[in-house]
Amino acid sequence: MMMKDPEAVFVRECLRRYYYERFSGVEIPDDIHQREFGYRKADSGMIRHVQLKTKGDLRLLLMQEAPLDVYVSNARYLFPSLPMNEKMWQNADVIFDIDAKDLNLECRPSHTVHVCGDCGRGATGFRCDQCGSGKVSSASLPCDTCIKHAKKEVKKLLDILGEDFAIDQEGIQVYFSGNEGFHVHVAGSQFAELKSKERSDLADYMMFRGVTPEALGMQKNKPSSASLPDISEKGWRGRFARVVFGSKSGRARKAPKIISAGYGAFASMLPGMSDALGVRIDPGVTMDVHRVFRMPGTVNGKSGLTKVPCADIDSFNPYRKAVLMPGGDALVRALCPVRFQLNGRGYGPYDDEQVEVPAHAAVYMVCKGLARMANTP
Amino acid sequence: MIPVIRLGHLELAKYPFLADAGQYLKEGGFTLEQLGGDPDLQAVREKAFRRIQMAAEEGKVYRSDISGRQDADYALPLEVFSFLLAIILLKLSRAHQLIKKFALQEARGAESFLERDLGRAVTETQISLAAKIIWDLAGVQVSKRDDHFVITVADYLRRAVLFHAREWKLINRRVESGMVYLTPHETVRLIRQELVNYIDGKIRAAATPAMVPGLQEFVDRLVVMNDRFQPRTAVSGEFPPCIKHAVKTLKDGENLSHSGRFMLATYLLARGYAIEEIVPYFQNAPDYNESITLYQLKHLSGKSGSGTKYQCQSCEKLRTLDLCYITPDCAGIINPTQFGAR
Repeated sequence: MMMKDPEAVFVRECLRRYYYERFSGVEIPDDIHQREFGYRKADSGMIRHVQLKTKGDLRLLLMQEAPLDVYVSNARYLFPSLPMNEKMWQNADVIFDIDAKDLNLECRPSHTVHVCGDCGRGATGFRCDQCGSGKVSSASLPCDTCIKHAKKEVKKLLDILGEDFAIDQEGIQVYFSGNEGFHVHVAGSQFAELKSKERSDLADYMMFRGVTPEALGMQKNKPSSASLPDISEKGWRGRFARVVFGSKSGRARKAPKIISAGYGAFASMLPGMSDALGVRIDPGVTMDVHRVFRMPGTVNGKSGLTKVPCADIDSFNPYRKAVLMPGGDALVRALCPVRFQLNGRGYGPYDDEQVEVPAHAAVYMVCKGLARMANTP
Repeated sequence: MIPVIRLGHLELAKYPFLADAGQYLKEGGFTLEQLGGDPDLQAVREKAFRRIQMAAEEGKVYRSDISGRQDADYALPLEVFSFLLAIILLKLSRAHQLIKKFALQEARGAESFLERDLGRAVTETQISLAAKIIWDLAGVQVSKRDDHFVITVADYLRRAVLFHAREWKLINRRVESGMVYLTPHETVRLIRQELVNYIDGKIRAAATPAMVPGLQEFVDRLVVMNDRFQPRTAVSGEFPPCIKHAVKTLKDGENLSHSGRFMLATYLLARGYAIEEIVPYFQNAPDYNESITLYQLKHLSGKSGSGTKYQCQSCEKLRTLDLCYITPDCAGIINPTQFGAR
């Protein structure tokens, strides 16, 4: 979303202060000179193919431009500033993106707001009820349920990375994305040199997609319950058994039923199990080896919250830990029919009213498109 | 680390492409002229020709019984010589179609030896020898764990993504502690393409010698044979189901995802459509903008931007992106652009 002038000025000023006060929280990537950087200002489009050679260069960029979003490539290149096919790709960290919006949660409609991009009023459909404009955008203010489910997916992913791929916990970093989900970064693994196609298969593995009945021990001819997985097995066979059978006695009870239902029934059951069993990552992100990702420690322009590391995923509260905008209050005209919490304080609902709120709450609503600076026509 | 192991006559007879051709001939005391003209080596010449003929015309693997032969000191080098001479014949006849077929069948022959060697590898030396051959051919480090051979997940994925049967997807493999467990058959099958590439590469990299007297007749026959295998294709005009779906979505004025638009545009470009012919397909898109569409099509076609011509994604990638609407007519294709080609 490109912001209009008064909002862009306000957010840019907050960001400038943020990067002045909190630059130490911005994670400088290793091999900084081999990375491609990108950024987007509040009132302009995306700028990519930027090469920064030192931490000082980055600091200067953040202070001068106060970008709304800052990105860095997971890939390392010999020539990061050249056009894509001339960069000379070397390798790339593996990144998994888990987003609450992809989880199809029932709660989502209850905290999704439609706002007209022209008049700033609420809308119910794809056309503004007030001015008839078609520029209606929607914003979601994720709730605790969204975060809880996203965390559950992160834990499933961490389990597979450790158990199946023996990736050292030190090589895995989990971040709150700053908006609706989590990014899991895997650095320095055996996968660093894998290209897009291989990563696509890796993504399918994580998502439990494309599994054959045979891999789970169901044969077309003379199927036998003895070949179905046991709950003590490692990898997907074990995970499948633990979910389907639950226990050893459950296996003894259910396996013969599965066998008697036949190969066809088993095969048709598998695709539907992907969501429950697999990790619901965005496969497009994992397989993209040329993408730029939001930089840890920088602000997410969709929310004004910070992409921060989560040391303990269970206890992590994004609406406390990622609220890092500088202090002060701001007067905004808010149209936010959904209540939200930041730093332990509740806000809203606001029915197109002028309110004075802390800067971080103002930035949150402005970035979501749910508030304008007060006295703006 | 793979220990340094020197291959003996038996191994070279099974895997003749691992031999250093020049060195081998030199050590055997032969010259190229002798291979071409020495009446005593007529059997080698015929064997060499037969190796190619079987691969090309019968699609069969050339096999010699090289196990436990009494005359091993004579017979085993003969196997290597016939392979080396076959390469010389292929180079002299510039038979590119035959090279592909020959490399494929030789690889399959080596595959069966390798599978047997892996299956029988019990002692440390046997395992090391088999591992060394795989390392030389494919640069893959293989080790034995229980009754299986294991390789790293990354090494597995690099190769398995070239296969289209679902059984090769990583999800259908036993994966533990960063390693993929394979049977001897699967291990060898996995590096088949590298075997083919290795042999093919070795042939293509070999220098073409001057015509050797005595080989002209074989070369002439190979030239004729090669011509028969020049590809001739016909393509039907129908779109594959994924493209039909994308076209219909846009025609109905519905939104087509970015990936779907990329697929449609690159497909049509690959089929030779001009940019002006492609634009109308996008005209009903809810967010249609002619200048943006033109700009993006020019970019994809390589006519603007970096000059890269983007290719239509594979069926597998489209499946991952939920853009695949497979029908029985899609059998045997790995890219939508192959649909209808016979």
